[in-house]
Amino acid sequence: MVHVSPHKAGAVPAIELTGATKRFRTPSGTLHTAVRDLDLTVAPGEFVAVVGPTGCGKSTTLTLVSGLEEPTEGEVKVYGEHVDGINPNVGFVFQQDAVFPWRTVLSNVTAGPRFRGVGADEAREKARDWLARVGLAAFEDRYPHQLSGGMRKRVALAQTFVNDPKILLMDEPFSALDVQTRALMSDQLLELWAGTGSSVVFVTHDLDEAIALADRVVVMTAGPATVKEVFTVDLPRPRTVEAVRLEPRFVELYREIWASLGEEVRITRERGAGRAA
Amino acid sequence: MPLETVPADPVAAPAATRTEVRERAARNRRNSVFAARAGVLVAFLGLWEVCARTGVIDPFNFSQPSKIWAQIWQWITHGTAQGSLGEQIGYTLYEALSGWVIGVVTGVLLGIALGRIRFLADVFGPYIKVLNAIPRIVLAPIFLIWFGLGPASKVASAVVLVFFPVFFNAFQGAREVDRNLVANARILGADNRRVTLQVVIPAATTWIFTSLHVSFGFALIGAIVGEYIGATKGLGLMVAAAQGTFNAAGVYAAMTILAVVALLTEGLLTFAEKRLFRWKPADSGDGR
Repeated sequence: MVHVSPHKAGAVPAIELTGATKRFRTPSGTLHTAVRDLDLTVAPGEFVAVVGPTGCGKSTTLTLVSGLEEPTEGEVKVYGEHVDGINPNVGFVFQQDAVFPWRTVLSNVTAGPRFRGVGADEAREKARDWLARVGLAAFEDRYPHQLSGGMRKRVALAQTFVNDPKILLMDEPFSALDVQTRALMSDQLLELWAGTGSSVVFVTHDLDEAIALADRVVVMTAGPATVKEVFTVDLPRPRTVEAVRLEPRFVELYREIWASLGEEVRITRERGAGRAA
Repeated sequence: MPLETVPADPVAAPAATRTEVRERAARNRRNSVFAARAGVLVAFLGLWEVCARTGVIDPFNFSQPSKIWAQIWQWITHGTAQGSLGEQIGYTLYEALSGWVIGVVTGVLLGIALGRIRFLADVFGPYIKVLNAIPRIVLAPIFLIWFGLGPASKVASAVVLVFFPVFFNAFQGAREVDRNLVANARILGADNRRVTLQVVIPAATTWIFTSLHVSFGFALIGAIVGEYIGATKGLGLMVAAAQGTFNAAGVYAAMTILAVVALLTEGLLTFAEKRLFRWKPADSGDGR
């Protein structure tokens, strides 16, 4: 456990990727490079959104930081420490449903603390607290299949936040939700995050969502992914997604970032068309 | 003239009665299904009885329902040549159940272990395939030689029949666990042991339970075939004894008793499954 005081915050980045490369062997036997020579630094307490064309390797970047996968080359550090296996300070919200279908809502949220050796009563108390914060206090006895998609996502948020992660990795967490629910969830995420001071890396393909949430937006190139450009979002906090969208600065930023992102999207699309032909 | 009230009634009335009509239709349909089922059974038994009595089929070979029932009744009231009927059923059930439990436990344990540990799967995979290729029912005579006429040889043949389907399902279940669930558990802090116990095993229970239904039938087959080949007690022995004395009614009667026993145990398993799988969404095909 590394505790970072506000003074040292500038000195030790929360996440530091240097020259990270990840290659996979595909089922057909060829080598596929998902991430190439990636440099990225995230400061403590910073909210970074990563946007890029579909399938460019954004998610792979997250698995490298989480320790689920090891980089083929390069270095991944979390709070100055080399990532070797799963880091207990990391929380991960997945794109697909990853709550345990055989556990009730409450039991899903207690899972993390219980895995980490917290006593049953204390775990339940913490879990109830987080369930109340995501507005699911009345649903603790339900099974996931009895909930809506948005509610399941909130269970996933509570399940992650209950572990007090210093680093929060989110892999297109709201992409399966409808537009209205997605806006609500984004606001709720900002609220939950505001109290924690943790660093967030939020992968998305939705530029609106990225600008509304983040302090910085990282644009990735068409696969293999590497950082193309980084934009600072100088919109004041606290923000609400629906309101911030209407600000002139938002539109300006959108235009700027899209100019960079759109090019990569076009490259990806042309490649897909070439492959299909 | 109450012109206003006349159309009001027909509008309100169908709304109230439409659900009633539907309910009545559903009830009628259910009743007619039951009636038709009973009709099929009665027609089949009746035809059999009539054909046997009129000599269309030879009652000595094919027996007839009334004789089978008389045989069952005689066993119930006077017991069989080997002892009371309850004792025979109990014996067979005891053998099938012990074989089933042993087969299921070893099958699940080995299936999960091999599903989780790649090295073990690679080493033992071919051997298990070879063993599975043997028609296992022919092992029953060998078990009779090894373990004698007592229940042990029947338990052994039940075990070999039960083990393989359970093993393959547990193995497959452990292999096909949603990778997101495993990744999530690991991020949340679960070690390998916890991933196995709290993610892999619950996720594989659906697979395992499908095999439990089939495998209990196999356990009964194992026990009966074992008894048929050589035993001192049990339903299989009753079949063999009836066959030895050219008592066709006895063979059918023992078969009927077996079917009833198998259906009852199947019902118990379904009940247990429903309790265990409360977390699953109800099947759309439920009850069909």
